[in-house]
Amino acid sequence: MPEARTAAPLRTADGVPLKTALARAQRRAKWRAAGLVLPLLLFILASFVIPIGQMLFRSVSNDEFSSHMPHMVAWFAENGDAEPDDAAWEALVLDLRQAREDRTIGLIGTRVNYELSGTRSLFTSTARKAEDMEPPYREALLDADEDWADPELWGVMRRASSPYTDAFYLAAVDRTRDATGSVEMVDENRQVYVAIFWRTLVLSVTIALLCLLLGYPIAHLLATLPMRYSNLLMILVLLPFWTSLLVRTTSWMVLLQSQGVVNDVLVWIGIIGEDGRIQMMYNQAGTVIAMTHILLPFMILPLYSVMRTIPPSYARAARSLGATSWTTFRRIYLPQTVPGMGAGILLVFILAVGYYITPALVGGTTGTLISNLIAFHMQESHNWSLAAALAGILLAAVLLLYWLYDRLVGIDNMKLG
Amino acid sequence: MANTSAQDAFVEFDHVQKSYDGETLVVKDLQLRIGKGEFLTMLGPSGSGKTTCLMMLAGFETATNGEIYLNRKPINNVAPHKRGIGMVFQNYALFPHMTVAENLAFPLQVRGLSKADQQAKVQRALDMVELSAMGGRRPAQLSGGQQQRVAVARALVFEPDLVLMDEPLGALDKQLREQMQYEIKHIHESLGVTVVYVTHDQSEALTMSDRIAVFNDGRIQQLSTPEALYERPENSFVAQFIGENNRIDGKIREIHGNACAVEIPGGLTVQATHVQGAGAGAPTTLSIRPERVLMSAGDQPVPGAIDGRIEELIYHGDHIRVRMSVAGNPNFVVKVTNRQGHQPLAEGSTVKVGWDPADCRALDPMSA
Ligand SMILES: Nc1ncnc2c1ncn2[C@@H]1O[C@H](COP(=O)(O)OP(=O)(O)O)[C@@H](O)[C@H]1O
Ligand SMILES: [Mg+2]
Repeated sequence: MPEARTAAPLRTADGVPLKTALARAQRRAKWRAAGLVLPLLLFILASFVIPIGQMLFRSVSNDEFSSHMPHMVAWFAENGDAEPDDAAWEALVLDLRQAREDRTIGLIGTRVNYELSGTRSLFTSTARKAEDMEPPYREALLDADEDWADPELWGVMRRASSPYTDAFYLAAVDRTRDATGSVEMVDENRQVYVAIFWRTLVLSVTIALLCLLLGYPIAHLLATLPMRYSNLLMILVLLPFWTSLLVRTTSWMVLLQSQGVVNDVLVWIGIIGEDGRIQMMYNQAGTVIAMTHILLPFMILPLYSVMRTIPPSYARAARSLGATSWTTFRRIYLPQTVPGMGAGILLVFILAVGYYITPALVGGTTGTLISNLIAFHMQESHNWSLAAALAGILLAAVLLLYWLYDRLVGIDNMKLG
Repeated sequence: MANTSAQDAFVEFDHVQKSYDGETLVVKDLQLRIGKGEFLTMLGPSGSGKTTCLMMLAGFETATNGEIYLNRKPINNVAPHKRGIGMVFQNYALFPHMTVAENLAFPLQVRGLSKADQQAKVQRALDMVELSAMGGRRPAQLSGGQQQRVAVARALVFEPDLVLMDEPLGALDKQLREQMQYEIKHIHESLGVTVVYVTHDQSEALTMSDRIAVFNDGRIQQLSTPEALYERPENSFVAQFIGENNRIDGKIREIHGNACAVEIPGGLTVQATHVQGAGAGAPTTLSIRPERVLMSAGDQPVPGAIDGRIEELIYHGDHIRVRMSVAGNPNFVVKVTNRQGHQPLAEGSTVKVGWDPADCRALDPMSA
């Protein structure tokens, strides 16, 4: 009754306001519920939120130079874009001396080297001589190495003196800053990332669509077959989950390589000649085939869970109303499976975009994906910041996609299982 | 009642058999002719094969043997969408992703009608079921009764000659169900469409139908008007299934034309109408309706009366149900109209009960 609520707050028999009593009564239940989710919450925080936050921080963090070259940082802060003056040269020498003493010169050199290759040794070798340098420092430094006069080097150092940088993100999309600080493309023969991002996108879309094409009829069969057959089929669908990813990928290699089973059979039948063996492995075809197979269950399961809830009477009703089976499918069945298709496509796409092992094993050079490059920068070039920037872009792309999906289909409509 | 002579049959099941698994027959040698404009109900317990018959007629199941004729054309090999049969499903099967108007327009769209024609017909159908304002709603936004009406309207909007309804009112509550029964009957009468209606609710069947086919165990047990079905059941199953029924097992002693004398437990002999072809000496089950039993209060004599002990009295307002033990049947029910001066009844007392032999039918013996 609205009157009662406006007149005076309802009270329990003891005279405690009803709301207070209710809150008190529910507090215990709330604490218990919170206690139950706490371990998971901590686990997610430790294993997910913190690492991702750290990764994102690393992708913009720039402290190798800025925290070890205090005099240079101070000079850049005061003078901005100005030509280096005596104070600047002095600051450089002081910092080089200190860095050598602190054994941080390698870090600094590596940082500058990211943007201007060949400069790491410039730093280490000059630092060795810096101890004995005397003013005028400009001449002393140029004596040690001509390259110190390079305005591009000063540009890089200026940008490196800020604790944050967009350099890694620029590098991750094949861009860099020139001496004046404006963004430009890197040399044509060093442009790799955009092409591979693009390839990742195209291959992931292809894989998602292939999964949809292959998975749709299977999911339909699963949803409509009598229980005893559908259970068996479900086991077959889930079987890949129970086998090692490596084993599955390797078996695809056995099947698809140029001396593999498929080619042997084709040659034996006479469809292709001995010299015409089809290259299906170590290229994009290999990546697409193997990943479609591996990700297929992620398409089938959400589709199945949606299709199972569509009663067969809808199709019958449509048929009795005069629709052909094709019209029935297109106008009645298909629209009702959209939530499953959306969930499946999104799931497969997101998994494909970040997939690593399979493209690494069967992708060759033309079938590698962005995650393989991230791994390369993590493990081999040790440019973790660039790896973080690449991963950050990947994350942003997935989130963007998720947002788009929400706008177009609505997340509420998604059914994952 | 519609004409149902052989050459005029609008729908005909000709020796139709159906088996799903190749081992058991779900429909056994079905012979059924349905006249144009008729309201025929298939009535029977769950699992008796009613839906299967309807599905064969609609084209969603194929007859294992025999032929089905629609308008004198065999339709076994005609695809469902070419049969032009409207259908109402138990769960309505309204397309959830379309509005009510789109649902109704669907059969018109697939028939290639112009937009204007579609709109006119949809509007007329909505008016017919009194839902003119609901065209823009989704099925989920309607109440059960409204969904039911939309389903009926959709099955009729493309003007089929035949409409099938499979327990269409099963999901509604009692009051709504009775109202919808009336509305469906009304629509049937005003449109003159042929309706084949499936239900397991005998009162629904009795109130709505021109004729009722009582199904049991894959066979039609009796096919007649509601009145004949209730008054003159031809076998024990029908007598037991339709309305309330009292049974007394016995043995036929003598047959005189339509009448017969039956020996019942206790050695007594009662008079009944002879229905089954069984001869003298054959076992039989007597069937008599509770409201046809006469009860004597000592002084008023009842012909051929036998003793009955009153076990229980249940007050129903307009009548009193008296449960008695009669001839070894402890569930013999008599309905006594609650009018002034009706005979005083007491539990535990013994009274005489009897009946007009025309009301007592000697049917096939019923086991169990
Ligand atoms: N699709 C089917 N597959 C196998 N058996 C079925 C199928 N549909 C119905 N049956 C069986 O056929 C019998 C009759 O079913 P049905 O026609 O649905 O009866 P009713 O509609 O009278 O309840 C039942 O025993 C049922 O189990
Ligand atoms: Mg049924």
